[in-house]
Amino acid sequence: MHGDFLGQALVYLAAGVVTVAAAKKLGLGSVLGYLIAGALIGPFALNLTGDPEDVMAFAEFGVVILLFLIGLEVRPALLWSMRKTIFGLGGAQVMATALAIAGASMIFGLPWQTALAAGLVLAMSSTAIVLQTLDEKGLRQGPVGRAAFGVLLLQDLAIIPLFALLPLLATGPVQLTSDSHSASLIADLPAWMQALAVLAAVGAVVGGGRFVVRPVFRFIAQSRLREIFTATSLLIVVGVAMLMQIVGLSPALGAFLAGVVLAESEFRRELETDIEPFRGLLLGLFFITVGATIDFGLILREPLLLIGLVLGLMALKFVVLFALARVGGASNRLAATVAVALAQGGEFAFVLLTFTVGAGVISQPLADLLTAVVAVSMAMTPLTVIVYEKILTFLDRKNPTESIADPTFEEEDAEPDIIIAGFGRFGQVTGRLLMANGFKSTVLDADIEMIDLLRRFGRRVHYGDATRLDLLRQAGAERARMLIVAIDDQEKAAELVERAREAFPHLTILARAFDRRHAYDMLANGADAVERETFEGALSMGVTALKSLGFRAHRAQRAADYFRRHDLRTFEELRPMWGQTEAYMLASRDASQTMDRLLAADLEKMKPGAADGWDPSGRDEDQREAAEQEGPARPA
Amino acid sequence: MEPERREPSVLVVFAHPALERSRANAVLADAAKGAAGVRFHDLYEIYPDFVIDVEAEQEKLLAHQVIALQFPFYWYSTPALMKEWLDLVWLHGFAYGKGGDRLKGKQLFVACTTGGPAQAYHQRGYNRFTMEEFLRPLEQTAALCGMIWENPYVVHGARLKDDAHIRGEADRYRARLEGLAAAARETV
Repeated sequence: MHGDFLGQALVYLAAGVVTVAAAKKLGLGSVLGYLIAGALIGPFALNLTGDPEDVMAFAEFGVVILLFLIGLEVRPALLWSMRKTIFGLGGAQVMATALAIAGASMIFGLPWQTALAAGLVLAMSSTAIVLQTLDEKGLRQGPVGRAAFGVLLLQDLAIIPLFALLPLLATGPVQLTSDSHSASLIADLPAWMQALAVLAAVGAVVGGGRFVVRPVFRFIAQSRLREIFTATSLLIVVGVAMLMQIVGLSPALGAFLAGVVLAESEFRRELETDIEPFRGLLLGLFFITVGATIDFGLILREPLLLIGLVLGLMALKFVVLFALARVGGASNRLAATVAVALAQGGEFAFVLLTFTVGAGVISQPLADLLTAVVAVSMAMTPLTVIVYEKILTFLDRKNPTESIADPTFEEEDAEPDIIIAGFGRFGQVTGRLLMANGFKSTVLDADIEMIDLLRRFGRRVHYGDATRLDLLRQAGAERARMLIVAIDDQEKAAELVERAREAFPHLTILARAFDRRHAYDMLANGADAVERETFEGALSMGVTALKSLGFRAHRAQRAADYFRRHDLRTFEELRPMWGQTEAYMLASRDASQTMDRLLAADLEKMKPGAADGWDPSGRDEDQREAAEQEGPARPA
Repeated sequence: MEPERREPSVLVVFAHPALERSRANAVLADAAKGAAGVRFHDLYEIYPDFVIDVEAEQEKLLAHQVIALQFPFYWYSTPALMKEWLDLVWLHGFAYGKGGDRLKGKQLFVACTTGGPAQAYHQRGYNRFTMEEFLRPLEQTAALCGMIWENPYVVHGARLKDDAHIRGEADRYRARLEGLAAAARETV
């Protein structure tokens, strides 16, 4: 009865939608909402789901996508600058936490082998929960996010040796289970060949990202098929995950690597935008399954033991990481925030526990207990973060100094002053002027050849259709000061102005217009200023013509300057009539009629060769009279 | 006493081609902008292309009793755009000459900053002439137009003085403008 796909989808989606919306409303964050949804529909409450383990295997792909997206934001240079955090803080965290937990377990009478295994398994934190929670709090980009991410990354790396080391701690009989993690196809090969295979796989990801994926994307971008682009993006992630599984590496780690390789490609933004919805949905699903696996039966049987273990685990992990971060030079506030965020058990623990049971390291009842502890500690994380924030707010009120959200935001790309949509004949000139004067700009363009050319000159250009609001948001529209709309397509440009005006009211929007009519449309849609694309060029040619006809350069220039001012005034004068009456619309469509008005106005207002202060004809008479009187005369 | 809402009686015509690099003039300009009864008119901001709207400028002149010219002293004269503005706006038949009495009876007030210290503007200083002498062309402009020449406000050594000093100058300048504005309101 649980088998039918639609029924299952209905249950998961409905539970997610209802509880997450409610949780958000209550200020609890989406992660907790999903976990509650899972607990509600899980086998221990309403029992509407089938075996959550099945869904979990699928949902874990959400974590893979999450890591891929994070990889996209981490350029190799940034990763290199994080090496100290990753190996220093991360390595110390895994070892110190494992030993601390092992020590505590031995006090409870576990043999040292089992205790150490439990310590290693529980030292892992939950990438999904930590990053999602930090993201929601806006902390993922700052120093908190960086430190937390460094630790998580090392934990991912540590999985590989763990699979090799854990079996050595066996005390019980080894049960060879077919679904043990070593679904790795190369597990039976000798060690050196395995190592070689791992290296080859990593090499394939890096090389493939560099030399294969980009041409493929370029080809697909030229075909202008959105869904194929999305499909290709997913294909890459799935392919990499698969490859990593074959050689026994963590798929999430592989996806992260693939993301880093593609972080500097021109398709980064488009990839991010296309894959983002999958991440959200699958991660949600993942959290639901975590909620559903919480064994409430066990909790009800031994509530005190379980609560004690969860609190003990979280306190221990907090203390160890806090101490290590402090030793590493972090402030109290930073260390505490990172430690609170990472104080839970992770999803890897589920996999590792199954594996250790199979390897005879940990007994089934103990594994069940630890699974419950990890699941509950994961569910507790959003709550502890909320409590932690409350404490901080309380402290800040007494002593307002440090802030949890550190403003040192370094991702310069996500903080442009200006977004330039369309970097063709028009956008380039405007963009170059702005960049030459030190303004940071992010450029979006849909023409792949243009992007190629510009990237060769080291410009930061991204492939993408700027009329998509999500892409604009990715490009930093929420923080930018200005949007310059310079795309060729008239209708799309007008649409972009309208949408951007609605979504980002703070932006100054400057728009390139095709002609007078288009310019009025753009203004009506909310552009702050427009520029008719051919006007300045035509005027400039007029100046050249006047000079060739014998005008002195200054006179020709002035003539054009006056003409420009006069024309802009006429443009403003005719604007209120625009679109008011059907008749005007009809008349205006008739270009010659508009031209009629313009020419009439030109004749009326632009008298050729009119006198000005430089050659006041009226003055000559005065001078003559003055000369006759022989008085002092001429003003300077 | 409720503050009266009236049209400003002082027009500060301001010219500085690189205000972003200015020290004294920027502070003085802010003081002028904040002064009661004063309208601030920034030429380089409105006419970056030097294409001056003569009619609009003349209307502005007519609408105010006191015309104040605020500028940094460049080569013993006004910055280029202010000269352009004088050349093109203060026309024969409007400001002077036959039928040119439209500015008659108004006051002309010059406020300028110099790079050199006060002692340089002296017969034995390196500039060899006093500020009074250097400002004669503007004084005569006022005379030809039948305007009253107000005692100029000059800040010397603008680059040499500290912030506190410049703030003091700005306060005095603002007081001077407000005094002119108040007096003008009574005469009108």
